[in-house]
Amino acid sequence: MFRPIEPTGEKRTVALQVEGKSIVARAGDTLAIALLNAGVTPFRQTPVSGRPRAPLCLMGVCFDCLVEVDGQQNVQSCMLEVQEGMQVQLQHGARHMEGDV
Amino acid sequence: MTHDLIVIGAGPAGISTALTAASLGLKTVLLDEQPRAGGQIYRNVTVAPPKVTELLGPDYRYGRAMVERLERSGVDVRHAAVVWDVARDLSVTAMQAGRSFQLRAPQLIAATGAMERPSPIPGWTLPGVMNAGAAQIALKSAGSVPSGPVVLAGGGPLLLLVACQLLEAGATLEGIVETSPTGNRWRALPHLPAALGSPTALLKGLGFMRKLRSAGVPWFTGATELMVDGQEKAQALSFKAGGRAHSLKASVVLLHHGVVPNTQLTRLMRVEHDWDTAQVCWQPRVDAWGQTTLDGLRIAGDGASIGGALAAERSGVLAALGAAHAIGRLSLAERDARAQPAIKALKQQLHIRPFLDALYRPPEWINTPADDTMVCRCEEVTAGRVREMARLGCQGPNQTKFFSRCGMGPCQGRMCGATVSQILAKELGKPVAEIGAYRIRAPLKPVPMASLAALFDDNHENHPT
Repeated sequence: MFRPIEPTGEKRTVALQVEGKSIVARAGDTLAIALLNAGVTPFRQTPVSGRPRAPLCLMGVCFDCLVEVDGQQNVQSCMLEVQEGMQVQLQHGARHMEGDV
Repeated sequence: MTHDLIVIGAGPAGISTALTAASLGLKTVLLDEQPRAGGQIYRNVTVAPPKVTELLGPDYRYGRAMVERLERSGVDVRHAAVVWDVARDLSVTAMQAGRSFQLRAPQLIAATGAMERPSPIPGWTLPGVMNAGAAQIALKSAGSVPSGPVVLAGGGPLLLLVACQLLEAGATLEGIVETSPTGNRWRALPHLPAALGSPTALLKGLGFMRKLRSAGVPWFTGATELMVDGQEKAQALSFKAGGRAHSLKASVVLLHHGVVPNTQLTRLMRVEHDWDTAQVCWQPRVDAWGQTTLDGLRIAGDGASIGGALAAERSGVLAALGAAHAIGRLSLAERDARAQPAIKALKQQLHIRPFLDALYRPPEWINTPADDTMVCRCEEVTAGRVREMARLGCQGPNQTKFFSRCGMGPCQGRMCGATVSQILAKELGKPVAEIGAYRIRAPLKPVPMASLAALFDDNHENHPT
């Protein structure tokens, strides 16, 4: 949905896993923008109707960019910078409660 | 007490607050949710690549010196620290790196800024629909632009600024769809003489328009009946303008109807708010020194009322001077003397505001949308359902929330709060001020249980909670 305006060049890149697939992002990018640059859409399906959603605000107020990061659910991906090896899962519906509560 | 002053938010208001307080010898801590200082307006300004800072222009680059001064100032700045509770005794609970901690000071200045006014139109929940500010954030924080056709819709200086910046960055603009009712121009006219007191701002606005027109971007005014078309994602924006129906293809639709104070924290703290009929938003009630109706809690910048970055910077100075005086570190005479330049500059910045407020007043169908439009994005509650709640006897937003779940989702009413208050006011035939707003409770942001277990006070002693 988005693209960087200049080539990555000498900018350091990091690799992360989204739904088991590898994507490359630039160090310092927020996770939400890294996902948008990689063409990931939607970010989640709503718990109420299952309709698709992607970020609206990119500044922490809309909560439509929620994803699961390294096992933690409902993380605002726009407020988090990408890290090497990050494991990202997209959320389908409500958060699940297995194992620990 | 851990500090003399706690400042929340490192945008222009928070930075100038912290710098002023530190220069007066106050032991100050600045908490910011982002990894780097600058707020949304100066986001990433110290690290953005030259190509990006070049196209974002001098108003953006201006912030660099301010952030660098903060870095050199020795102020205790806690980055990526999410404030999730503030008690009425001003103790602040925040989370950083998965650990919660508490701080306490006799004075607290919230510089938590503004957010874009939500633009509820049919289809605004589709992927690809974003706020115009979000596109600017993508540019600032990652040098990214929408890759497909873009349509910008709404009204306000930011809409035009973002359009110009995207154009320069190589995005494909399919059109600008202005929704400001044509009557706004007449209502803005009486404020024009005062606005001439801020000639640079006016000239900037004219510059944006000239640039977009000369680039041949299709431009529509007085548009109504906006709707984003698409099933799984945005594909087009359709609307009526000039008596005709139009449809512009777009994979990214950028909406903007001005910015409003983000009142989540001040609502949590139960201070008095007023409904501002000119800016069509809630504002926490403050005096000239940012003092709210709760002793010791001050607001600096756009979190109190929208004035823009340069006004926010000055109001930060005033709030810090007020705080220093309140704790006996500055005499009344000294406070007043030091405040003079900031008061003068603030006044200068605010000349243009009534003109802009009138010219870009959002259309009624944004404030109180049609029945089938989703107002609560989280719980998927329509405007019609909110009206139904009013007919069933709900007297305000909180009752409406209990019965319909409107405002009960993860955003905690940030996106629907003002819309719901306005719909109910209209349905019940009462002023918005009387209808009130959602009661906000902690945590302001979701925090993992594990972070509570690690709750320490700043002295690293186990805390009883």
